[in-house]
Amino acid sequence: MRYLDAAATTPVRREVLEAMWPFLTGEFGNPSSHHGLGDSAARALEGARRDVAAALGGRPGEIVWTSGGTEADNLAIKGLALSRPRGRHIVTSSIEHPAVLEACDYLARLHGFRVDRLEVDASGIVDVAQAERLIGPETTLVSVMLANNEIGTLQPVAAIAEIAHREGALAHTDAVQAVGSVPVDAAALGVDALSLSGHKLGAPKGSGALWVRRGLALEPLVHGGGQERGRRSGTENVAAAIGLAAALSLAVEVTPGGPRPRGPVEALALARDGFVRDVLAGADGAILTGDPVRRLPGHASFCFPGTSGEAVLLGLEQDHGIVCSSGSACAAGSDEPSGVLLALGIDPEVARTAVRFTAASPADLDGVAAAVVEAVRGVRSLGD
Amino acid sequence: MSLISAPITYLDHAATTPMVPEAIAAMNATMLEGGNPSSLHASGRRARRRVEEARELVAQRVGARPSEIVFMSGGTEADNLAVKGLYWARHHADPARRRILASAVEHHALLDPLTWLEKAEGAVADLIEVDASCRLDVDALRAALERDPSDVALISCMWANNEVGTVQPLSEVVALAAEHGIPVHSDAVQALGHAPVDFADSGLDAMTLSSHKLGGPTGVGALVVRRELDAVPLLHGGGQERDLRSGTLNTAAITAFAAAVDVAVTRRDEESRRLEALRERLVAGVRTAVPDAVVNGAGEPGPTHRLPHVAHVTFPGCEGDSLLMLLDAQGIECSTGSACSAGVPQASHVLIAMGMDELAARGSLRFSLGWTSTEADVDRLLAALPSVHERARAAAKAGRR
Ligand SMILES: Cc1ncc(COP(=O)(O)O)c(C=O)c1O
Ligand SMILES: Cc1ncc(COP(=O)(O)O)c(C=O)c1O
Repeated sequence: MRYLDAAATTPVRREVLEAMWPFLTGEFGNPSSHHGLGDSAARALEGARRDVAAALGGRPGEIVWTSGGTEADNLAIKGLALSRPRGRHIVTSSIEHPAVLEACDYLARLHGFRVDRLEVDASGIVDVAQAERLIGPETTLVSVMLANNEIGTLQPVAAIAEIAHREGALAHTDAVQAVGSVPVDAAALGVDALSLSGHKLGAPKGSGALWVRRGLALEPLVHGGGQERGRRSGTENVAAAIGLAAALSLAVEVTPGGPRPRGPVEALALARDGFVRDVLAGADGAILTGDPVRRLPGHASFCFPGTSGEAVLLGLEQDHGIVCSSGSACAAGSDEPSGVLLALGIDPEVARTAVRFTAASPADLDGVAAAVVEAVRGVRSLGD
Repeated sequence: MSLISAPITYLDHAATTPMVPEAIAAMNATMLEGGNPSSLHASGRRARRRVEEARELVAQRVGARPSEIVFMSGGTEADNLAVKGLYWARHHADPARRRILASAVEHHALLDPLTWLEKAEGAVADLIEVDASCRLDVDALRAALERDPSDVALISCMWANNEVGTVQPLSEVVALAAEHGIPVHSDAVQALGHAPVDFADSGLDAMTLSSHKLGGPTGVGALVVRRELDAVPLLHGGGQERDLRSGTLNTAAITAFAAAVDVAVTRRDEESRRLEALRERLVAGVRTAVPDAVVNGAGEPGPTHRLPHVAHVTFPGCEGDSLLMLLDAQGIECSTGSACSAGVPQASHVLIAMGMDELAARGSLRFSLGWTSTEADVDRLLAALPSVHERARAAAKAGRR
């Protein structure tokens, strides 16, 4: 099997599981307990916090453990907005992950916030000029993702954060897809909060963190035992935190110039470019969605007009053992065309033909283009 | 001191208990498998199947329907969803409903969201008193309810208390609530595996479960909730768990949780008898070693009175923290109360609600047994206790002088 759906989830890396193992077995203590086992769990948790902070260019006290990217996004958006509502105005983009969009929508429905979604151009890049116009003295929070999960487009987050700060608003970014693939340095980006999910990085599902700038008030979503200095109650998932730290250390190198991905990023982008070229040349009418250059290195997403995305997926899986997806995993199985693709101005019929390939290493893409071309032709010939 | 560290005597299973081998095996098997249960391809479908099988197993073991199980990150999140989510839904449906009735001895995972709703959203928390054994005063609940049933959004009463192990008169609570059509939630985190927990039989509308208290991994749990009940989610996003809890499903942990629930429920009878006997030995030994020690909570054994694995003891004239540290130095681990508030030099709200004075409350320890506990563990505690107790009492005396 060739797994080309790393954007949906990645298998847990063996080294990560090995790092977690002691905490799933003998070192099972509750970090809030005041005895030997509890203390050693608490120490391990703090070690993991230091590692995760370093890999994001932050400080240990700025990390809040969460149960994943969805919770980190919800905590950032609701937590920051509710603790300092200002003029109850949120600016986000039209291509955010549902975890961001739905959290904003909740604030609109139940807390009287006004939410503006920035438009994107045909390659999926947010309109910075529109951001300049929309963000103002009323604005509470601006949330624009670092890299999009469906089309891989990288966003000008630093520029957006600068505008937000100029107007006295806070800035959050969902870096779930970006961490480990492109350099992510929270301090250099100038944002106030940044979300992270472990299972996109070789750590288990259910691991994640929110980096939130020191000193910022954050209204918790989950109240109870007062863990995480009251910002996130609940018995800490030590093994998951250790796993997240181990996966991040494997994926990110902390250099004097800031955190950098360890992986063969240039080689991966090069292989991806070759793959895109071959698919576009071989599959008639195929279009690349998202920006050809400003995108995640292992990410290639297409529409194949005149096919059905699902049928291409099935053909690739059954005939070639290639596993990919039609877009975001959350929306899988729904008939609705992707909101992200519609935001790019893609026709709904065409949007239904989307197929996304996300590779972790250059070798993953070897020979895949030919299979894609064949699968697309196969589906088209069925339709004739 | 010996160079080889002494084996640890772990008597804090109510804080967290090691994973049972079945849960470790399940976790190990699914962890490396990968696959996002929301993906359509084979690895996604396999992950989805694992989650659905786990859902069926948990449902079966707790007397619920699979569609009533909503997986989430643990007991604290489930309590938060129950309190806030049900309050929001009921309050939005009828703004007159602002009151939440709960026992005064709930876990912080329940009390803190209540307090937050009061502060942030104008809800009114009506905490119902308990008697000296920690059992809910049903007459007080009735009085509070009948003062104005129409303004009550929700009743929450834990199945069994985490500090002293007292089992609450839930069927009476449910019957009272039913007269007025008010939903009832129960935190069954400490009860599952130690008391016969059956969601359908209980008549409850919602119930909280946590995995790491019963031999599964930390970071997973469930809210069991009747389908007809509306709740506003805490986490929004991809719409997983019938929109009640978004976020990529934690396949490996969920699978391991289900394996642990399976083991805990199927072995409950036998294990309860074993733990009850161990507790008996512990309590008798403590009384011999420290004749003025007071064992708190319900006296009578049995699943409608108290949990078999918790022994909560007051040592008059001692500071619980000193006892804890002295025992810890000998490799014996227990707690002064719930793990969450451990370390905060504050008397437990549970003990205060039981009418204990501040001093006695601070001089208490909780010993909680679990699947790894043996007679040897109990005997090591009993062997250490006389000298530990003497030193703690002397230290307290010196401190008061
Ligand atoms: C961009 C983005 N944000 C947030 C999430 C949600 O993270 P999690 O799956 O850990 O809840 C995902 C993945 O599903 C994602 O791709
Ligand atoms: C009665 C009770 N409810 C809720 C919780 C919280 O559960 P979790 O640790 O899974 O967040 C605990 C344990 O800490 C508990 O004992």
